[in-house]
Amino acid sequence: MTAIPAGRNARVGIAVAAVAALGFSVSGCGASGDDSADPNGKITITVNDMPAKTDPVNRKIFLQDVAAFEKANPKIHVVPHEGQMDPQTFSTKLAGGQLENAYYVYLTDPAGIIAKHQAADITDALKDYPQAQQVKPELRKVFQDEAGRTYGVTEGNYSMGLVYNRTLFKKAGLDPDKPPTTWDEVRTDAKKIAALGKGITGYGDYSKSNTGGWHFTAEMYSRGGDVAKQRSDGTWKADFDNVTGRAVLQQLHDMRWTDDSMGQRQLLEWADLLQMMGSGKLGMYLATSDNIPTIAAQYKGDPKEYGFGAIPEGKGTLAGGGGFMFSPKNSPAQTRAALAWIMFKYENPDRITMGQKRAAAHKQPVGLPEPNIWTGAAQKTKAAADKKYANQPVANYKPFSDAIGAIPLRLEPPQAQKIYAVLDTAMAKVLTEKNADIDKLLGDASKQVDALLAAQ
Amino acid sequence: MATSLAPRRSDVRPPLPATAHGPGPGRWPHLRRRLTDNALAYGFLAAGILSFAYFSWYPLVRGITLSFQRDNLITDPQWIGLGNYRTLLADPLFWTAWKNTAEFTGLALLFGYAVPFVIAVLLNELRHFKAYFRIAVYLPVMLPPIVSVMLWQYFYDPGQGLFNTLLHGAHLPTSQWVQSPHTAMISLVLVSTWANMGGATLMYLAALQSIPGELYEAAELDGAGMWARLRHVTVPQMRFVMLVLLLLQIISTMQVFIEPFQMTGFTNTSTITVMTLVYRYAFAVNNDFGLAAAMSVLLFAVLAVFAAVYLRLTRDGEKG
Repeated sequence: MTAIPAGRNARVGIAVAAVAALGFSVSGCGASGDDSADPNGKITITVNDMPAKTDPVNRKIFLQDVAAFEKANPKIHVVPHEGQMDPQTFSTKLAGGQLENAYYVYLTDPAGIIAKHQAADITDALKDYPQAQQVKPELRKVFQDEAGRTYGVTEGNYSMGLVYNRTLFKKAGLDPDKPPTTWDEVRTDAKKIAALGKGITGYGDYSKSNTGGWHFTAEMYSRGGDVAKQRSDGTWKADFDNVTGRAVLQQLHDMRWTDDSMGQRQLLEWADLLQMMGSGKLGMYLATSDNIPTIAAQYKGDPKEYGFGAIPEGKGTLAGGGGFMFSPKNSPAQTRAALAWIMFKYENPDRITMGQKRAAAHKQPVGLPEPNIWTGAAQKTKAAADKKYANQPVANYKPFSDAIGAIPLRLEPPQAQKIYAVLDTAMAKVLTEKNADIDKLLGDASKQVDALLAAQ
Repeated sequence: MATSLAPRRSDVRPPLPATAHGPGPGRWPHLRRRLTDNALAYGFLAAGILSFAYFSWYPLVRGITLSFQRDNLITDPQWIGLGNYRTLLADPLFWTAWKNTAEFTGLALLFGYAVPFVIAVLLNELRHFKAYFRIAVYLPVMLPPIVSVMLWQYFYDPGQGLFNTLLHGAHLPTSQWVQSPHTAMISLVLVSTWANMGGATLMYLAALQSIPGELYEAAELDGAGMWARLRHVTVPQMRFVMLVLLLLQIISTMQVFIEPFQMTGFTNTSTITVMTLVYRYAFAVNNDFGLAAAMSVLLFAVLAVFAAVYLRLTRDGEKG
């Protein structure tokens, strides 16, 4: 009989344990639909939309709300995650079982998400929340399928306007109460602002990470144009390789290369223009009103410096916003718990007044023209709270508020993010290449967008 | 002489007589004995094989199968044969990405291959501050790549950036750097070279220091100057290391991603590379993981050729 060397049993044990541990780690991946319930029947849910640490004030407010919700609902434990919707990781997070139980979406996303069965049906659970009926019907419809079943709830709505720096307007000899209302005026004013020197940019625009295509679309809408059109047979075609598309790109090209009013640094993405505005180096850019508190909170800008005007030309404006949908991998209990949190935090007329009071106490802007998702009694409550706690120079937003009722709201095109990625190239080229061939850029982009729309 | 390395007599067993009992413990005596004798080895081997299978081989096989499917990771994948490869060949961006990648690799070799060698030779000649300069050369390698790239974004900023401020101060013409299609690629190569040359420099330096001093002494006695020593002693002695580093550099530069992704974006056709196009196919535009996998498989095939040459060389080097 062979003697086993001393310690061999132990080493065999270690090897077997290592194999077993690996096996368990492999088999333990990607669990979903687990109620994560403890013996006391407590449900744990993950949610996103928690502000980043770079926005400490709003993060604190968010965590206060989590604590208040958990106190009111002792059987629910909320695990908040930072961030909102990232179209580039959404599919992989869902496939990998990493998507939060309640996740933020842009208003353009629900149709596609519902079609792909990537959200839980909340129609029955939502009946417990009558306040949901006070949300504007057009915003509720975004989250419904053709059968009228509901898959999400609205958090906010915004439309594109012109954020501008009133101080720079004054310095450039412009009237800060009269922002430009046409693209010709934008060009003239941008030239005057850029003439101030010191690295100041008159008008800023995007051309990277899909934001360039997004602004191209907004500029097309503003001139009465389109990016994609639905034909009578229901199919979609690109609709920007035309005189309006050329006007958009030509204007940007001329402002960049002839007037030198757009600064030398291009290939900008979302945060870049907010940062430039916050540091007082930018005259104007297209944005939604919620950029103003972000500039104040994260980029140390003074909210009183910023005005908000209607989108130039005003033949249409890109409307967007967001809401929450629920992972299809949730258990029914998780969906109910996640919905309870979302309704408590985002669609809660009983907390509107408290919310505005608290925002004002934390020096967060109150009195912005948007979001405004409510109708009826809730809308009256919000208007009263805004008036009572407004800490913003509401007059600064008057140019936008006065005009918005008359400007048609336009939603983003289908396959929006993909189209934006294609159009980024055209935006980047006109802003970085003096001899960019605009006709060719539009033609190439149009072919690519047609292919995307045909494949949807 | 009995040593601890020699097998003990008791470990060497005679074969067991075959039994006629049919299936049972006596059926496969050799196998059973091998299994019991080597249980420990098989235990450790299984852990290694399982780890490799799950973390290395499975993703590789999954990637290759994915390249023959249409898959958005949500709905069930569809087998489409060579459809993804046909789509790739029809996409103008496919050729643009390969052209840009080849351009990046070529420029990276031009700069990133010669510069570390020259620096290593200079470091080798230093008499003072050797440690300081070695650390200084290696420091960029220790920075997270994203930090290096963001630092260079500030250097390259055409309006307020460091480079243009210096050029402007010296009354020299400024550049658009990564903003211009004409200078974007070379600008990206400079970032990549700066960030990665530390490792290559130290490898060259180690090889230089392993060259026997007598060779230089003999060359000096023969009247060889600095250039002659470099040409007839240093370069021939370093040939193997230089060749290995050349292949490693081709393999790594062809996978360039972070510089174009962060500095010029995945939608910029002037600098889109194979890896940024993979990203674009998977996450940004097409949301088609099959297409992205097909592109990755093609890159893998190209890199496999260089990797095979590299393995062959290093194996020959170990023998010789």
